[in-house]
This record gives sequence, C-alpha cells and structure tokens, in this order.
Amino acid sequence: MSDDEMMQEGGTIKKFCYVNRKAPYGTVYALESLEVVLIGAAFEQDVSLIFMDDGIYQLKKNQDTSDSDMKNFSPTYRALEMYDVEKLYVEKESMEARGLTEDDLVVPVEVKTSKEISELMDEQDVVLSF
Amino acid sequence: MSSIDVGGKTIAVDEEGYLSDRNDWSKDVAVIMAKADDCELTDNHWEVINFLREYYEEYQIAPAVRVLTKAIGKKLGPDKGNSKYLYELFPYGPAKQACKYAGLPKPTGCV
Repeated sequence: MSDDEMMQEGGTIKKFCYVNRKAPYGTVYALESLEVVLIGAAFEQDVSLIFMDDGIYQLKKNQDTSDSDMKNFSPTYRALEMYDVEKLYVEKESMEARGLTEDDLVVPVEVKTSKEISELMDEQDVVLSF
Repeated sequence: MSSIDVGGKTIAVDEEGYLSDRNDWSKDVAVIMAKADDCELTDNHWEVINFLREYYEEYQIAPAVRVLTKAIGKKLGPDKGNSKYLYELFPYGPAKQACKYAGLPKPTGCV
C-alpha cells in the first residue's frame, strides 16, 4: 500500500508517544527511534517524544563521535520541528541525576516530573519504547 | 559494488546509484549522474542541489520530500516550493533524485 492510501484511510488521529531511554551510541536504539519518528511523521499523527534515563544524553549539546565509528546524529533532532514533531519532553529527575539543564540540550524541551511523564503516557493511544 | 567514472576516476556507488562515500562528491559527479538520467543540470537544478547539501550539513539528514518542498518554499519562494516545480526539475522524485546528485544518502522516509 502506498503512503498516500494509508493517509487517506487513517481518518482518526492517534496519540503516539516515543520513549527514549538509552544513551545515543553503543546501541542502535536511539538512531532507530529517531528514524521511526521521522518516517512516521508522514502519517500526521499526534506525536510526543519523551527522553528519560540515559536517553537524555541523546539531546546533549557538543557530542563528538570522531573516535567512534558512529555518525553524530544529534543535529537531526533540530530538524524534528520541520517534520511537525514539536512535543519534546524530558524527565526532570533524569536531568537532575545527570547534572543537566535545558541549556545543555540541542533543542527546546519541556521538563516534566516523573509523575507528569507517567500521566502523559497514560493519555497515549500508542507508546513505543526504545 | 557498482561505480561511476568521473573524469577517469572511479567512484563507488550503491545499488541505487547513491554515493557510497559522501566525500567523493564534486560538481562533476552531479553532472555525470544527471547525464546518465538524460538530465541536463540548469541553475534551477543547482539551486536545489546546493540547498540539499547545506541542509544535510546542518541537520545530518536528507529531508523527506514534504519537508524539502516546505523548506525550499521558505528559502526560495512559493513559486519554487511546490511539488509541480520540483517534479519538473527532478521527474524521478525531487528528494530522491536531487539527493543522489547532491551526493547524499537516500532520504529517510517518504521520498
């Protein structure tokens, strides 16, 4: 089925939430999640991204991967806005445990407490964890 | 692995014709890739190719066609930021074909 057909059939908009919990490198989870978000953006759903635990590091400024074999894909998070993915949340407790503030991140985010994050997850139709 | 010949130099490409190594790109690469598609590059083509290279440099991603169209419109005006204009320039799909000439990987998502 082509993308066009799927979009026409999908009349209702669902709330999709992507939960990112792992460090950006070492595993492929972070990059895979980002690619799914970018591809899924074509379906024009109500998308939220949550970053918590080591997933916070995905958004950290000044990443340098030159000593690893992986591409530094952190600039791509800044393209999310152009894909109409604008709801980015970080968990307050995860930020504090790592000594990070919003100023340390490559994109604007909304900081939510652990409790607020779990309420947000409760509201979703689909939660995908990476 | 496939390859193309650019001024006597052999450059590796993947099975769909995208450069294996982005650093191999030069304007001649774009011209030769386009020639293979019977496409002669005009200033209007170059405008899109250069735009894509700048976009990739900044975001490390080749944009989906919807995003490309919107971004071109923002930068070059609405008479260029529409599917009709871009498909006339790149009939094989603006994101797909222009990214190839620009030496970028195939776009992520809808091309």
